[in-house]
Amino acid sequence: MRRSLLFIPGNNPAMLQNSDVFESDAVIFDLEDAVSVTEKDSARNLVSLYLASLKKRVHKEVVVRINGLDTPFYGDDLKAVACGRLDTIMLPKASVTYLRELDSLLGEIERERGLNKKIAVIPIIELAASVLEIEEIAKYPRVNGVLLGAEDLSGDLGVMRTKEGNEIAYPRMRLAYACAAYKIDAIDTPFTDTADGEGLEKDCRYAGNLGFNSKAAIHPNQVPVINSVFVPSQKSIEWALRVEEAARTASRKGLGVFSLDGKMVDKPVISRAAKIIEKARAYGLI
Amino acid sequence: MKNSLGRFVPDGYIPFENSSAHKAKKRVTVKEKHISQGFEELADISEMFDKLKISDGMTLSFHHHLRNGDYVLNAVAEQIKKRNLKNMKIAPSSIFPNNKILVELIENGNITDIYTDYVNGPVAEAISRGKLKGMCVMHTHGGRPAAIESGALKIDVAILAVPVVDRSGNGSGFGGKSACGSLGYAVSDLMYADKVVFVTDTFTDKLINAQLNGTYVDYVIKTDAIGDPAGIVSGTTKITGDPVGLKIARNTAELLDELGYIKNGLSMQTGAGGTSLAVAHYVKNVMKAKGIKGSFASGGITGYFTEMLQEDLFNELYDVQCFDLKAVKSVSSDPRHKAISGSRYANPYDDNVADKLDFVILGATEIDLNFNVNVTTDSHGMLLGGSGGHSDTAHGAKVTVITTNLVKSRLPIIKDNVTTVTTPGEDVDVLVTERGIAINPRRKDLLEKVKNSKLPIITINQLQEIAYSITGKPEIKEISGKPVGVVVYRDGTVIDTVYKI
Repeated sequence: MRRSLLFIPGNNPAMLQNSDVFESDAVIFDLEDAVSVTEKDSARNLVSLYLASLKKRVHKEVVVRINGLDTPFYGDDLKAVACGRLDTIMLPKASVTYLRELDSLLGEIERERGLNKKIAVIPIIELAASVLEIEEIAKYPRVNGVLLGAEDLSGDLGVMRTKEGNEIAYPRMRLAYACAAYKIDAIDTPFTDTADGEGLEKDCRYAGNLGFNSKAAIHPNQVPVINSVFVPSQKSIEWALRVEEAARTASRKGLGVFSLDGKMVDKPVISRAAKIIEKARAYGLI
Repeated sequence: MKNSLGRFVPDGYIPFENSSAHKAKKRVTVKEKHISQGFEELADISEMFDKLKISDGMTLSFHHHLRNGDYVLNAVAEQIKKRNLKNMKIAPSSIFPNNKILVELIENGNITDIYTDYVNGPVAEAISRGKLKGMCVMHTHGGRPAAIESGALKIDVAILAVPVVDRSGNGSGFGGKSACGSLGYAVSDLMYADKVVFVTDTFTDKLINAQLNGTYVDYVIKTDAIGDPAGIVSGTTKITGDPVGLKIARNTAELLDELGYIKNGLSMQTGAGGTSLAVAHYVKNVMKAKGIKGSFASGGITGYFTEMLQEDLFNELYDVQCFDLKAVKSVSSDPRHKAISGSRYANPYDDNVADKLDFVILGATEIDLNFNVNVTTDSHGMLLGGSGGHSDTAHGAKVTVITTNLVKSRLPIIKDNVTTVTTPGEDVDVLVTERGIAINPRRKDLLEKVKNSKLPIITINQLQEIAYSITGKPEIKEISGKPVGVVVYRDGTVIDTVYKI
């Protein structure tokens, strides 16, 4: 379960050193867009050495965004960063074909290195073609979340990105449904105006209402806002706890359906309340 | 001789005992002098030297309100150099990089002793390299007025840059082309120096509410410019955008809220640095959310606090110096924004504002396992600052919070023992870093209040271990050169010694 995933440029030693202090649910060490072609090797080495230097787990989840499978860099990226500290690979410009290839490469590396874990994959939907095969991508076994990459996607469509985000309404909805169907994280596209805290909060709430449960951050200062939005509100937690209590009482009486505050409560409502409570507990809110 | 903290105290100085020792002493003041017949106008600094017979071995004092834009100390230094005066003692309340002319005078033996609250830049380096023949005596902002009024620091001539002077000799920092706002650190010099000279670039007929009383003034010099406005105050002081600083600030405000200090009537002080201002920002958010109104904020004042005053979040601001143009404008126009003297700010023997603070947010160059703080030297022992109001407010405030990155430039900030003690650990209550918060075990009351907190509260030893896990344990360098300075605590005792490196 994630709320926030923070991008950290792979070639910035100071940011790597502080990457664990910003309270994001995952950090994404970026070897792709944040790193110029001339710095690819040094960033790869830096991230690799940083992961090797960690004496204990300091991040909830370590993700590395490798370069795309349409570049000559991804193989070296994978070899450099695949280790016990790595949890997830983020795959740019994802397609089912690339996903299969990555799956096979990761399988080989895991076997060769004796990693007793299966490295997960977060594909990025940032091409129009990827939107059309999103269901196939979302149900792929290694995939435990899908990120929408709206900047590249709007470029592929040839439209302008706006703060309102009408141009990405369709992929957002399709991604949210696919992820919900396969019970994986729907990760919303980053909000690029790092100075606009109010805009970020609004964007998070909008995505949350569409079914996204998390959002990528491109600046550490975005993390507290994202973390605060993608958790149940105090009001909803109180409601869920009351539903849970009323359901227990009803169950003792043998009732499947009952009334709370004049409204009917049945199984779907109880399930929704249980999900809220589970999430609130996971983030220490109750 | 060693003091109670085990720090060496050179002969001739009184060793520090504890931060409350002043309470057992009585306030001592030498006689103030009043000149009732009005001031005499002098043509220039050179004439001042002739008229006042400024000669070898005399003590000249200055204030630092024109900060890195000050021309007056440098102009006086030029005259000392030209006349080749020897063994002069200078007492500027602070020394900045633009005073680098002093280095040459130190090397030539023109200046042999320095009394100041803060020194950085080339002069600090010259002192640390052992070029000063006498000593650099580092006071606090509150200890300096105490030393002046008691006669411990006797000033022959106070040469005070004053942005506006009226025909009665009254002075103010509120107007003129070199406006700098409050002139708090000049007040004791004005009242107790044998002779007082104002240097100004702006005359006016009549000042209302002048901070400096003309009845103390012997001479006034009119010059073209007393300072460079670009170096006097910054245009704006801004909240940090650094995410680590912001996290530290957020956690500090949350902690203060959990401790119950963000409440109606609160009084607070922060520094002017970006992280300190960010603490003010987050405290402000809590105040607004809970409808809280504070009593006062104090110290060096920034525009951020004037905005809080305008939003009616405080009753008053007590301003000993202004850090930016917004603060200068506010102190000049808003009667709730009061200019105060250094003595009223922090003199332990005065009815001082620092003693009335609920909480203060301060920085640290180093902090040790006993919570002693160093803001005087770096880890090599090189002078880079000084207490200013650090140890004054740390003693006065009910809660003293140090905010700092746990690791700065690959160096762990928590030491076994700080290189130089500026502020004793008995007055430091909380350390907030990006990787955890440590509360001084002496403050059992605070530890009790946060025992169920979700904030990352650990011991200072654990925080040090975290830092070492990142940086490794640095080799400790023994500092064993000859003493070049003493760190004088606010009560006049010596809390530590600065050595030649």
